[in-house]
Amino acid sequence: MTSPVLSIHDLSVDIPTRAGVVKPVDGVSYGIAAGEILGVVGESGAGKSMVGNAVIGLLSRPAHISGGEIWLNGNRIDTLEGERIRRVRGKEIGMVFQDPLTSLNPLLTIGDQLSETILTHLPIGKAEAEKRVVAALEEVGIPGAAERIDSYPHEFSGGMRQRVVIALALCAEPSLVIADEPTTALDVSVQAQIISLLKRLCRERGTAIMLITHDMGVIAEAADRVAVMYAGRLAELGPVRDVLQQPEHPYTHGLMTSTPLAAMDQKRLHQIPGAMPRLSHMPDGCAFHPRCPRAQEQCRHAPLPAIEDTRAACWFPMTAEAVE
Amino acid sequence: MADTPTPLTSNVHDKGRWERFRESDFFFAFKRSPVALVSFTVVCILVFSSVFAPWIAPTNPFDPASLNLMNGFTPPMEPNAFTGSAFLMGTDDQGRDVFSTILYGMRISLFVGASAVLFAMVLGIVLGLVSGYFGGWTETIIMRVADVQLTFPSILVAMLIFGIAKGFTPVEYRDQMAIWVLILAIGLSDWVQFARVVRGTTLVEKKKDYVAAALLIGRRPWAIMIKHILPNALSPVLVIATISLALAIIAEATLSFLGVGAPPTQPSLGTLIRIGQGFLFSGEWWILFFPACTLLALALSVNLLGDWLRDALNPRLR
Repeated sequence: MTSPVLSIHDLSVDIPTRAGVVKPVDGVSYGIAAGEILGVVGESGAGKSMVGNAVIGLLSRPAHISGGEIWLNGNRIDTLEGERIRRVRGKEIGMVFQDPLTSLNPLLTIGDQLSETILTHLPIGKAEAEKRVVAALEEVGIPGAAERIDSYPHEFSGGMRQRVVIALALCAEPSLVIADEPTTALDVSVQAQIISLLKRLCRERGTAIMLITHDMGVIAEAADRVAVMYAGRLAELGPVRDVLQQPEHPYTHGLMTSTPLAAMDQKRLHQIPGAMPRLSHMPDGCAFHPRCPRAQEQCRHAPLPAIEDTRAACWFPMTAEAVE
Repeated sequence: MADTPTPLTSNVHDKGRWERFRESDFFFAFKRSPVALVSFTVVCILVFSSVFAPWIAPTNPFDPASLNLMNGFTPPMEPNAFTGSAFLMGTDDQGRDVFSTILYGMRISLFVGASAVLFAMVLGIVLGLVSGYFGGWTETIIMRVADVQLTFPSILVAMLIFGIAKGFTPVEYRDQMAIWVLILAIGLSDWVQFARVVRGTTLVEKKKDYVAAALLIGRRPWAIMIKHILPNALSPVLVIATISLALAIIAEATLSFLGVGAPPTQPSLGTLIRIGQGFLFSGEWWILFFPACTLLALALSVNLLGDWLRDALNPRLR
């Protein structure tokens, strides 16, 4: 693997609260190479989006990065400030948000919004920018792009709007795109189109994509590698086929068996007993041990094994026969 | 999804702004509302006749050369006993044509009202955007000042500011400055509602993803506030501005009536009413009656227009 576009080392995010400091992201490390889609999965509150926000530098107060490093194209970006962070993140990072209803300004035409981004980052004139806008819209599959640049967001359907948002994220030609639940607000048939669009753009342009989702189907469809997060920590990291077909971490296994799959003839969906611990009351040792069928004494106290050596952050990873 | 662009959508953008306006729901609602039509017409006539007062008014009431004291106290529509001249709305004690003084007075009233609202609007929008966007101490200070100001009646605030400002103006400039001081006083007493509404909208809009997207591409805070957030606040601001205009005209009339507003050399409607009420009990009712009716018509029609605008722009009341 070539040197990654984005690499995150041991990233932690703190939120000071009345009841003490909580860590929605705790020691997370992963990298994304050019042209690769990394899926980040986990249930609500697992810290998936927090990592994304930390990377783009838009954590809302009082949340802040308390440890670790973020490198983008060989530059450390978590310590940059003011003018420099603005230039780097705007030029190098594109963002696709969850809800296409709120990620476009309802009162500006889509042409205005796209050219605002282009003009901010590329040294070109208005006429040239307009050509780029049309090209960007055509690339994401908006029919009749030249006529539609004067349309307002409400004149588009949800799926078309999400395409505009993707065009917006890509038009400054960033090296990294963070897609935070890009398909959650869309219906299933449109989801597939958006996912294949992201895959195509990633392949053609060599853009690194961080695909944040809680939908295992989307991960299976789109991602090259997958990072499973639980309670702010990385539970498992590996190639998507291996992780989905032979999960090593009991949490990943639980997630997989609780995903409805047409191919599997299941009578009843599996549930993981219990709920994710509250961030203010994290158990010692492995965060998953209160819900884990394989937990032993060691899991309750010992710090987890580092994920660099193994695929899963677990003392007793599941083997092939255990899955059966 | 390989659908071709439908002719329907592309047509919309071939039309000009005026065409699009005429087809809008807003214009449709306007045509269907008798209140809106009547009050809009009245406002238009009043504004037009005050703007073009020098061409419409039969005499210039502030040109001493054209005044004839013999014309004093001529009742409306009756020839004067000495000179034989007749006046539509009669004359005051100095023989000035009341109709002309009303046209000129309405000019002052409208100018002061509109300028004061404009001033209040700009101030309120800036302070509202800043406090909503930045939050923290900035917001606390601005909004607490607003809260404190709301505990005083705005006419009292305006009188206070007027008094202080007058104290700072040299005596020889007082009459000239009076109009500007009046604008400042009414404007400063009226910015709070603009600031509150804009702050509220800012708090809602700044949480939305498109603001995060604009931050991400590196736009500066002021650019985001002006280009992305402010347009979302404009329709409530427009409604408040219209209703404030009526209130500002009344506030100006009140101040002038109390003698702290427009000077007798530049009388507004309020000044005319103050002058007129001295003659009410001696039978010269027209000196008071016509300016008062004009003020009533002006304030009422602007207010009705504002009310209609509020309903028309509020999607929940449709």
